[in-house]
Amino acid sequence: MNRNIILCGVGGQGTVLASRLISAAAMKEGIPVQSAETIGMAQRGGSVFSHIRLGEGVNTPMIGLGQADLILGFELGETVRQLPYRKEGGKVIAADKAVMPVTASLAGGYDPQAMRAYLQQHVADLTLVPAEKALLELGSPKVLNLLLLGYASASLGLSEDSLLTAIRENVPPKFLELNLAAFSYAAANR
Amino acid sequence: MHKEFLMGNEAIAMGALAAGVNLVCGYPGTPSTEVLETVAKRRPAETYVEWSINEKTAMEVAAGAAYSGARVLVTMKQMGLNVASDPLMCVEYVGVKGGMVVLVADDPGPISSQTEQDTRTFARFSKVPCFDPSTAQEAYDMVQEAFALSEQYGTPVFVRPTTRVSHGYADITVKDETEYAKHKPEGFIKDTKKWVIFPRASFLNHQRIEKRNAALTEEMSKSPFNRIEPEGEPGRKGIAAGGICYTYAMEARKELADVKLLKVGTPFPFPEELALAFLDGLDEVLCVEELDPVIERELTYLCGKHGLTVRIHGKLDGYMPNAGENTVDSVKRAMADFLGKDPEIPAAPELPPLPVRPPVLCAGCPHRASFYAVKKAMAGKKTIYCGDIGCYTLGNAQPLDMVDTCLCMGAGLGIAQGVFHTEPDTNCFAFVGDSTFFASAVPSVINALFNQADFTLVVLDNSTTAMTGHQPHPGTGRTMMGETVPPVSIEGVLKGVGLTCVETVDPLDHEKAVETVKRVAAEKGVKAIVFRSPCIAISKPSGKCAVDGDACIGCRTCIDEIGCPALSFADGKAVIDPGQCTGCGLCSQICPAGAIAPAGKEARHE
Repeated sequence: MNRNIILCGVGGQGTVLASRLISAAAMKEGIPVQSAETIGMAQRGGSVFSHIRLGEGVNTPMIGLGQADLILGFELGETVRQLPYRKEGGKVIAADKAVMPVTASLAGGYDPQAMRAYLQQHVADLTLVPAEKALLELGSPKVLNLLLLGYASASLGLSEDSLLTAIRENVPPKFLELNLAAFSYAAANR
Repeated sequence: MHKEFLMGNEAIAMGALAAGVNLVCGYPGTPSTEVLETVAKRRPAETYVEWSINEKTAMEVAAGAAYSGARVLVTMKQMGLNVASDPLMCVEYVGVKGGMVVLVADDPGPISSQTEQDTRTFARFSKVPCFDPSTAQEAYDMVQEAFALSEQYGTPVFVRPTTRVSHGYADITVKDETEYAKHKPEGFIKDTKKWVIFPRASFLNHQRIEKRNAALTEEMSKSPFNRIEPEGEPGRKGIAAGGICYTYAMEARKELADVKLLKVGTPFPFPEELALAFLDGLDEVLCVEELDPVIERELTYLCGKHGLTVRIHGKLDGYMPNAGENTVDSVKRAMADFLGKDPEIPAAPELPPLPVRPPVLCAGCPHRASFYAVKKAMAGKKTIYCGDIGCYTLGNAQPLDMVDTCLCMGAGLGIAQGVFHTEPDTNCFAFVGDSTFFASAVPSVINALFNQADFTLVVLDNSTTAMTGHQPHPGTGRTMMGETVPPVSIEGVLKGVGLTCVETVDPLDHEKAVETVKRVAAEKGVKAIVFRSPCIAISKPSGKCAVDGDACIGCRTCIDEIGCPALSFADGKAVIDPGQCTGCGLCSQICPAGAIAPAGKEARHE
């Protein structure tokens, strides 16, 4: 079965690691995988995305408009930005969290409420993740990626076991416990 | 053989290791950087690897090793090839003994570069053969083939991925370490007729190169990297594509029609025979490529040369955009249009106004404090701020607005001198990062001294090459071989060439920094300030600053003056995002109400 997944957010939020973990889990299951990342200047607080394509017969790592089965959003406005890539009826799992760009702090022009409302109005299959609350409970603002991965784990077409193995193999030991707690937060708080 | 999930750049590195590469050097630059980093991580002990101080030096180090029979890989981005072009143009004439692969990553968009120049065009200009991979697997295979070709013909060979190939990941098949080729360099054999470039020898070499490339044109038609994807049903229209665009075209082809497709993996020398076989029976061809219309020009030329009446479409006749990146969808639309089909691309939903989110200096970045100190010190004076290439180019953004010019690596110093000679009453500043200082600023300092310019050099020393992902440089005192070496002192270099006014200050000590800038800028001639404070990505945060909500008067000074992404404004008060704050303390030093507690100090909360 083929699956196209887009991760999106703001540079520095950890989309690259989350993308790596999904791909590593797919490799564990012998599913062919290709992906593409934003690397470079945009990583300094700009808009970033990862495209991940799982399954046979894929020519290119880039996902076309209207082709994504799942959008995993790390930030409200960035989630809305990627909506044109969503397949009809596709799923959106998004952190209910805004990152205010400097341009907006200076001159306004970003209304996260409007982004949330737009998602609620236009996406039938929407999960808004209470990220602020969860990260406070987890005691670290740095594990948003694993928190969201936990919420997405049932929608990736991958087994939880292979995701857990991927996490254990790719996260530095001293942060492993925290990252596993973030990953299992979704299951514990359903 | 085994499977690994690799980035295109990692695949290139693994391909070079599989080919028994002996020496790898380069200068970091997006999107090429991960190639050398992967070599450093995965190399056998006997493989030598270095970050050279710039691409010209890297090319020369590579040439020396290749003269000595080593297999060498030299890596850079397309802008770096300009810096390295002097030695490369000449090495192509002189030739090499060991295989020499020049990895140049191009950047359609551009996403992280100043220009959209095309290394395929540079290949024709320099006469250096060029491979253009479309996937990570192909990049892995091509690098090995490039080494073989280089050694067979004694020429450097380009491998030129673009961003989407360099930074695309795939599960690819790679060799086990036991399967790697072993290559023992013969060593340098003296032969002045060969290794010393002279006009007479160059005349003969030019003839030899033209003959070789004519022969390669034939050979490339048989290369597996060039091929014709057969048509499903006979038609009169064809597609020609290379690089990542080949994968977009193949994706579109699945949906639209099994149209005849020429895949070009060696844009120079161009596979003419194969291209003629492709053109045979066609009326029209659409060329799908990024940057320059290289394939399009080659096919148009072939039609003229052989009197063919095939119409070649692409960038030159406006069929395809002549700038920027192609996408899966833009290629599908263009191909559908060309083939008279209806593409299944959903109408884009109407989105609410989205936040503009340009990249910014990180929260706690010492460059912000440096720019702000200079801005305060020079307020009201006629001043020009010449920027340079690195994270600190982002000092141009509001509210800092401290970069008036930016051109290429190290250019800010020369521009400051040119402005001074034209407009002597202007205070001229040139900002340069530590890595850029070593890469390309030093000759310009000497030029300024010699020619009696008057400007203030500001070295932003954050002890790393930050923009490209924290590579070591001569000032860091560690090498890619893992050695600890005596660091080269920036102040030592400046004083050594003759500067008498060189001051070093911590930019995060705002008052002292402003006072230093005022004092140094008032000196005559060439003078320098070294702002030294480590990049936040390589240092531990000193804690977090906190806003005292009672004391905050809502004046917005912190937000409107320094533009830190950790600061925002809510309910009439400044707010600090603890997830981003590193406790640099710049905001607490400028708060007129004393409402921001520096890191480690207790803040009174509401």
